Amino acid sequence: MSTSALQAARLILARDLRLALRKRGQFVQPLAFFAIVTTLFPLSISPELARLREISSGVLWVAALLASLLALEFLFRDDAHDGTLEQYALSGQSLTWLIFAKTTAHWLLTGVPLAVMAPLAGLSLGVPYAAVLGIIVPIALGTLVLSLIGAIGAALTLGVRRSGVLLTLLTLPLAMPVLIFGAQATDLAIRGASFAAPLYLLSAMAVLGVTLAPLAASAAVRISLE
Amino acid sequence: MNEFLHMGGYARFVWPSYALTLAIVVLNIIWARRSLARARADARRRLLRSGANP
Amino acid sequence: MAWTWFHRLASPPHVYALATRLTPWFAWPAAALILAGLYAGLVLAPPDYQQGDGFRIIYVHAPSAWMSLMVYVTMATAAAVGLIWRMKIAHAAAASCAPIGASFTVAALVTGSLWGRPMWGTYWEWDPRLTSELILLFLYLGYMALRSAIDDVQRADRASALLAVVGVVNVPIIHYSVLWWNSLHQAPSVMKLAKPEMPAAMLIPLLMMLAGFTFFFVALLLVRLRGEILRRERSASWIREALTG
Repeated sequence: MSTSALQAARLILARDLRLALRKRGQFVQPLAFFAIVTTLFPLSISPELARLREISSGVLWVAALLASLLALEFLFRDDAHDGTLEQYALSGQSLTWLIFAKTTAHWLLTGVPLAVMAPLAGLSLGVPYAAVLGIIVPIALGTLVLSLIGAIGAALTLGVRRSGVLLTLLTLPLAMPVLIFGAQATDLAIRGASFAAPLYLLSAMAVLGVTLAPLAASAAVRISLE
Repeated sequence: MNEFLHMGGYARFVWPSYALTLAIVVLNIIWARRSLARARADARRRLLRSGANP
Repeated sequence: MAWTWFHRLASPPHVYALATRLTPWFAWPAAALILAGLYAGLVLAPPDYQQGDGFRIIYVHAPSAWMSLMVYVTMATAAAVGLIWRMKIAHAAAASCAPIGASFTVAALVTGSLWGRPMWGTYWEWDPRLTSELILLFLYLGYMALRSAIDDVQRADRASALLAVVGVVNVPIIHYSVLWWNSLHQAPSVMKLAKPEMPAAMLIPLLMMLAGFTFFFVALLLVRLRGEILRRERSASWIREALTG
């Protein structure tokens, strides 16, 4: 009885989520990082909420971006270490689907919590309550795209010593469109305007990412495992 | 001649631009040739080593 | 029959010899075109109506920007060929492109900034084209960093090749994102870093410089390619002849 690609993907997703529950500490780190970084800005600029509100979109997005990049390091790390990733590649199952499952699990564990936490940080930066949706939805979408793109970089740098900074250097240029449109969406929301346009573009990027990124990432994994 | 060097007042932008680009052109020539020379030296060394141990 | 030349391209000794022979055929025309273009651009071309003699920076800025983009596309194409047909030569070509492209991206950024200074009043204006060039520089640096981080040459080749292909797909996306971003926050003055409609006396030197730099790139690529081929070749026989020849 052979497992379909979708079934295998679901199994991997469930596995990754279960394993993550046992290593909760690892997933709190990016959130703590996000909280600390957003605190740096009022401390370094000004406690005036009016001034902070001006830059709040940028601050939230840059912090979310950096926190997600931090979290990318452990997307493949453990599985590469104990040979599980190799088993995935040799299993005869579609590696693309398996990687898509892993990336989705990663996003659920880091991107979504970031998206939920961001409004709190935003409120501390003077963001009006009405803008909360304009923070959660774009950041949730943006971190999804980032996890997808970052998976490619993470796969390429498997086993490279001190890959953290290299991963950041590789992923950030590719992630700049996400930053541009995501921050624009949040900024519009903060000003009370409709953020539909950049949100659509962000969604388009997410669709593109979902279809193409796992393919590239699975090719990258195979290259790294050779 | 002086008018030429003066570049209508833009001299301090025009000439550094040209100087920098020229420097990068020259740098690329040196760099490429050095890269080839190093590769040839390494290949020669490898040959000698493998030649010495038949 | 038409494929034999393609298959011969996969043979390292053949390509090495070909590269050695062809280099002067690109190097000398490059020198001629660039020198002639410089003379035509600096001396013969009339000053611009708006920018006076300051516009002459275009004769070094536009070729640099052209190089930065053209070399990246060449690098990505070579990378794709290397990945699809598993040709070491293609990977060698891609590796050769990176330092050339990166250095001219720096040239484009600095000359663009110097050109902008008299027009904008500042050395940097987050102009969409310069911002895209900056991101392109990061793409180059990332490519070179990935290559140097992986010890195994074959894995480094293939990993950086994938990165180059992913990057090239992103270049238009990045460019339009930056363009859109910049249009929202309209800069106070519109910078004519793009090539406007030019009279022939101004255009011809530009074309000469563009052509000259392109030939220069090919010459540089051929020189570097030889070194990269040597680095990837283990078998001794043809190398012995190539080194003594």
